[in-house]
Parts: sequence; structure tokens; C-alpha cells
Amino acid sequence: MPLMTLVQAINSALAQEMERDERVVILGEDVGLNGGVFRVTDGLQAKFGPDRVIDTPLAESGIMGTAIGLAMAGMRPIPEIQFEGFLGPAYDQLCNHAARYRSRTRGAVTVPMTVRVPWGGGIHAPELHSDSPETIYVHQPGLKVVCPSTPYDAKGLLLSAIRDPDPVVFFEPKRVYRSFKEEVPEEDYTIPIGQAKVLTEGTDLTLVSWGSMVFQCLEALDTLPDDMSVELIDMRSLYPFDTDAIVQSVEKTGRCVIVHEAPKTCGLGAELATVLQERCFLHLKAPVQRVAGFDVMMPYYKLELDYLPNAQKVAQAVGQCLAY
Amino acid sequence: MPVKNVYEARIEHLQILDEEARLDEKLAKWPDGRPVLTDAEVLELYQYMVRCRAVDDLAFKLQRSGRMGTYPQNRGQEAAAVGAGFAAKRGVDYLVPCYRENAALWMHGLPMHYVLLHWMGDERGNQIPDGVCQTPLCIPIGTQMLHATGIAWAFKMRKEARVAITFFGDGATSEGDFHEAMNFASAFQVPCVFFCQNNQWAISVPRESQTASETIAQKAVAYGMPTTQVDGNDLFAVVRASTDAIERARAGGGPSFIEAVTYRLADHTTADDARRYRDAKEVEAWQKRDPLIRLRSYLQARKLWDDAKQAALDDEAKAAATEVVRTAEGIEAPSTDEMFDYTFAAPLPAELELQKRTLQTHSLGQDPAQAGLSAQQA
Ligand SMILES: Cc1ncc(C[n+]2csc(CCOP(=O)(O)OP(=O)(O)O)c2C)c(N)n1
Ligand SMILES: [Mg+2]
Repeated sequence: MPLMTLVQAINSALAQEMERDERVVILGEDVGLNGGVFRVTDGLQAKFGPDRVIDTPLAESGIMGTAIGLAMAGMRPIPEIQFEGFLGPAYDQLCNHAARYRSRTRGAVTVPMTVRVPWGGGIHAPELHSDSPETIYVHQPGLKVVCPSTPYDAKGLLLSAIRDPDPVVFFEPKRVYRSFKEEVPEEDYTIPIGQAKVLTEGTDLTLVSWGSMVFQCLEALDTLPDDMSVELIDMRSLYPFDTDAIVQSVEKTGRCVIVHEAPKTCGLGAELATVLQERCFLHLKAPVQRVAGFDVMMPYYKLELDYLPNAQKVAQAVGQCLAY
Repeated sequence: MPVKNVYEARIEHLQILDEEARLDEKLAKWPDGRPVLTDAEVLELYQYMVRCRAVDDLAFKLQRSGRMGTYPQNRGQEAAAVGAGFAAKRGVDYLVPCYRENAALWMHGLPMHYVLLHWMGDERGNQIPDGVCQTPLCIPIGTQMLHATGIAWAFKMRKEARVAITFFGDGATSEGDFHEAMNFASAFQVPCVFFCQNNQWAISVPRESQTASETIAQKAVAYGMPTTQVDGNDLFAVVRASTDAIERARAGGGPSFIEAVTYRLADHTTADDARRYRDAKEVEAWQKRDPLIRLRSYLQARKLWDDAKQAALDDEAKAAATEVVRTAEGIEAPSTDEMFDYTFAAPLPAELELQKRTLQTHSLGQDPAQAGLSAQQA
């Protein structure tokens, strides 16, 4: 099995699906000849031609809105928004149109498209290139949202997303793009949207995260005493999310710490914590804790690491939750 | 019934100092005979451009040696920035930039190291000093033109003889906000000048793929706005067109559009590799049209400049650039309080105040008490 980075795994999924399904087209800024600013679509235009890997004018609302039309007319568009901060100009098309079509036409008009978006901080990027706005799109009815943290998951989830009958926002943690390689099958496989993954099994505490924060959690686990048995769950899908996976785990452990880099207030952690107290209140031995970003603008990079949760903070929270 | 012609448009291209550094003597003078630029002014602006280029070059090297994050070089676009900056009145008119007109910002009083601070990942580079009339660098493409329109609108409401001038690239003209700004500016006849630096590329997308319009300038026609195309590497043409537009706006004549045809001589940013998508021959051809070379040839032909002066200027500019870097790097790291303190005007909401204090104690994203932990457990 070949070893791939996150970038390569996504590229492989895109190539494979374009080969399999001629309705699939990629459109976005610099995705063609340049292969995207992160080179995620590298080589695809050479392979599939400029009619299927399309450099668009610089207009996110234009990209999103025309992708909606393409999808409505039977294509399978994969619009790329260059950085999560630039979902801003596309917000209206994504949330007020793509998300709503099926419902407002009672199923007559649908928008099967996958919006690929580099996401998150930690790479010393400029302003609006480091945010984690997933909650906004999780909160929007009609959108599915995924955020894989590993090459293997990225490929399987991307193939599911492209084949999904509804719009899916596919967040790609930039910090992980090239941070490591793992074995990724060359053949076709899918990972269902809505399934979390248990990374390490444990009995004392459940640690829940997604995106690049998963790696801060893993690092934290390495620093914990051996007698602390922590179960780490990578949500992977943010909407729909895997309620059963976290409930089952917390029923077992009775303790939970949720880690995300988005601002704390009304972050997805707030929802997960609520679900846990609704579903396993009597199992809880401690309040659910959050280690999250602060309720501030993602700072420019000199303060970026002060903003982002890290392994030490996670380990501290785990220790505190266990000691409660 | 015969078909009537209901509208006709014409786009002029203004060039005064051509690629061979020949000056069109007639266009180099205003109708009243005054020169568009005196010799002393040309000399001063040329030296300024060289100094700006030196800072730009050094910024590039800083990035390469890991002392700065991503940086978008301004190389090749200095005549456009300096020309427009010269035409606007410092301390009166308002500059609303994107990120490729540093020279104009510096001319209007922004300390040079602020731009470096910004790209070194420090918001204090955006903390525009009092009395400097400009907005900070704008990273999201095409959004700032609406702000310029609003600023100009305020000037009009208050009957102030001031103008806003906004800078943006060729790519930015594809964003919806650009068109809304143009329409508002024109519908309300506000004193705003739209200055497009058409540098032929929006990262990897060439100007011809960006839009099917033959010129960018003609886009303004649809909004009923006076518009012109100029050679953006020709300081004289930029100054003349910008002065025209700015003074028309000041006199109540409403907004104007300028397309400055120029070229991005460097990669899009230090994170980019333009060799992937553009022809070296194209770059070479534009290198010959470098505005600094053109102006120097002009000055030398007029015996206002020579190699010795150039060597002295280069040394001085390099030393000054080094000093700018020293200033930027000498500023101590921002405190973590900074990321909270400017979220709102004081006082901060209680939750934010709590988060700020929690971070000061190097604790987690929430105050331990919020998780039901006693102070002792924390
Ligand atoms: C809204 C938005 N979309 C995408 C980007 C990413 N991006 C940064 S610069 C750029 C190209 C800008 O081209 P142009 O307007 O011609 O300006 P230039 O960089 O050539 O000066 C792009 C796509 C961005 N910063 N903002
Ligand atoms: Mg450009």
C-alpha cells in the first residue's frame, strides 16, 4: 500500500472519482495549472483537461453559486474555496441556497456537491487563512460537514462526500496537509459520513476532538501517567456527528474532555457536551470539560500558538477532569 | 423603425514617458502649461521608489531566512503606487489599499516598519497612527472598495473637500463587492477613485482568463463612471490620471476609475512559485519595462542623474531598509492580552475577561471553575 500525505490522499480520491464519474468537475481559484495553492489538485488538469479542472475568476460567491447550478443540472461539482476565511463571500450561496434547495422544493431540486476548504491554524499564515469556522456550517441545516484528520480517512470520506446526494463541506486541516504519511489503499473505499473513530481505547476518560487538534490530544496522551486510561475519539464527521460513539464511550468512562481550536462559546464542543449530559447524565463522574480556542479573532501568527490548544493544555484538562 | 445607437464608449490609454524613456512634452504639461511633474519632483519620487524597492527586496530576504511569514512583493509596481500616492493629499485624502502599494502608504505617513510587522504576524502593524489617513492592508480580496466608497460618502455628507482612493488588483474586479462598490459610488456620486493595479496575474490566473472584457477600465463604463487606462509603469501618466480623477472628485464630480497597466515582477507571494504557470520570456520582457529603469534613463538623459549618484542612493537605501527591519524586529513580542483587549471597546464582557485571565495563568481554554473544579483542584 502506498504511503500518502493528506494532500496526496485527497488528490488520489479526486483523481479516482473523476476517472469513475465523468460528471465530476473541480472548480476554484488556481486549482488548474497551478494545482491549487496547497497543490491538492496538482496534476489533475493535465490529466482531465481544463474543462473538468477549471480555473475560475476570483469570486467565491461565483464559484459556489455556479457550482449549485452545475449540481442542479446533473453534474457533480467540487468547488474549492482557497482558505476557510474566504467562505465569507460564498456564505449566502452556500447557506441560503445550496443548503436549502432540497427542503424548499420538497425534494424536487437537489445540490449534490462537495465544497473543499483548507481549514484551521498552525501554519503561520496571514489573516483569514487560519480560522476554524466549522460551527457556522454545522449549525446550518441542510449541510453535512466533515473534517478528517488523517490521509486514510480523508480519502474515504471524500469519496463518500462526492457521492452524497447533498451538499457536503469538506474541511481539510492545513496543519496536517504534509505533517505525516500513512498507508492509503489505491482502490476505491468509502468511510460513511457520520461515523467517529476510536483512536485509542481507554476506560477512565473520553477525549473527543477533530482536525489537527487530534494530534495535540495524541501528544498529550504520551505525557500522561501509564495508569491513566484515556479513550481518544476523532469525530471526523461534524454533522451529522456520531452521537452513539461518544455516548457509549462516556457511559464507560464517565468523564469527557472535548478539544477544538474554534472559539469556545457555541463551538461544537458546547453541543457535544450538551448531548452527553442529555444522554448519559447519570454516568457522568465529572462535568464535561472543554479545551478550546478563545472567543477572540484568530490572532496573527505571533500569538497563534498562544491561541491554539496544545498538548500541555489537553493533558492538564485530562488530569483535572480525572481528579474531580 | 430604425435601430438607434443608444450608447457608445471609448477607452483611452495614457502614456507620457514611453518604454524608451521618451517624454511626450505636450502631455507632460497641464493645459495651463504647468508641468505634471517638475524635475525636482521626479528626482524626489525616483529616489523614493528606489528606497521602497530596497525595503521590498529586504522583506523578501527576511522571509527566505525565516524571519518573516508570507510576503507579497511589490516589485515592478512602484510607479503606480508612488504616482497615485503623490496625487493624493497627505493627511487629507484617504487611502484604502490592498497589499501591493506599500509605497503609497509610506508616502502618506505610515511608518515603514508597520508593513513588516503585519507580515511578521503582528496586528500592531495595522494600528494606523493618528493623523495617517489610511486603512490597514486588506487580505480578503475585493472587500475594501466598499469601505472606500463609504468613507468617500461620509466626506460628501459632511461637505469635506476630501477624496478616498482605493487600490485593488485585476483579480479583485471579479468579486461581487467590487461591482457593488462601483455602483454605490456612482449612484451616490461620492468622491472615490478606484485605482486598479492590473499586474496581469491573480496568482496563477492570467488577466485574459480573469475576464472577457478587453480592458479592465471599460468595466466602469457600465456604472457611468469616467474611466481611463494608463501605463502603470509610467510615473507621469499615473500622476496625471490620478490627479485628474482626485481633483474631479474633490470638486464634486463624483467617482472615477483608473486601470494602471503594470506587471508583478515577482512571485505572487513568497509562498508561490510563478514558474509553474508563467513564461520566463514574458517576465523578461516586462523586466525591461521596470518603472525604476525607465525613470532612471529619463533622469540620466536630462543630466539629472548619473552612476555615482545611483551608487550612493543604493547604499543609502539599503542602509535605510536595514534600519526599518531593525525597528520591526526590535519590537518586543505582543502579550497574550492583546488578542483579547481589542475584541471590544473596554470593558470586555465578563466571559472574555475570564478567558483572558485564564490564559495569563497558562491554563486551558476555560476557567477551571466553569468546569466545576474548585480553585484547589485547578
Ligand atoms: C476573498 C479572497 N479570495 C481569495 C483570496 C486568495 N488570494 C490572495 S491574493 C489572490 C489573487 C489576487 O489577485 P489580484 O486581485 O490581481 O491582486 P494581485 O495579487 O495580483 O496584486 C487570491 C486569489 C483572498 N485573499 N481573498
Ligand atoms: Mg493581479
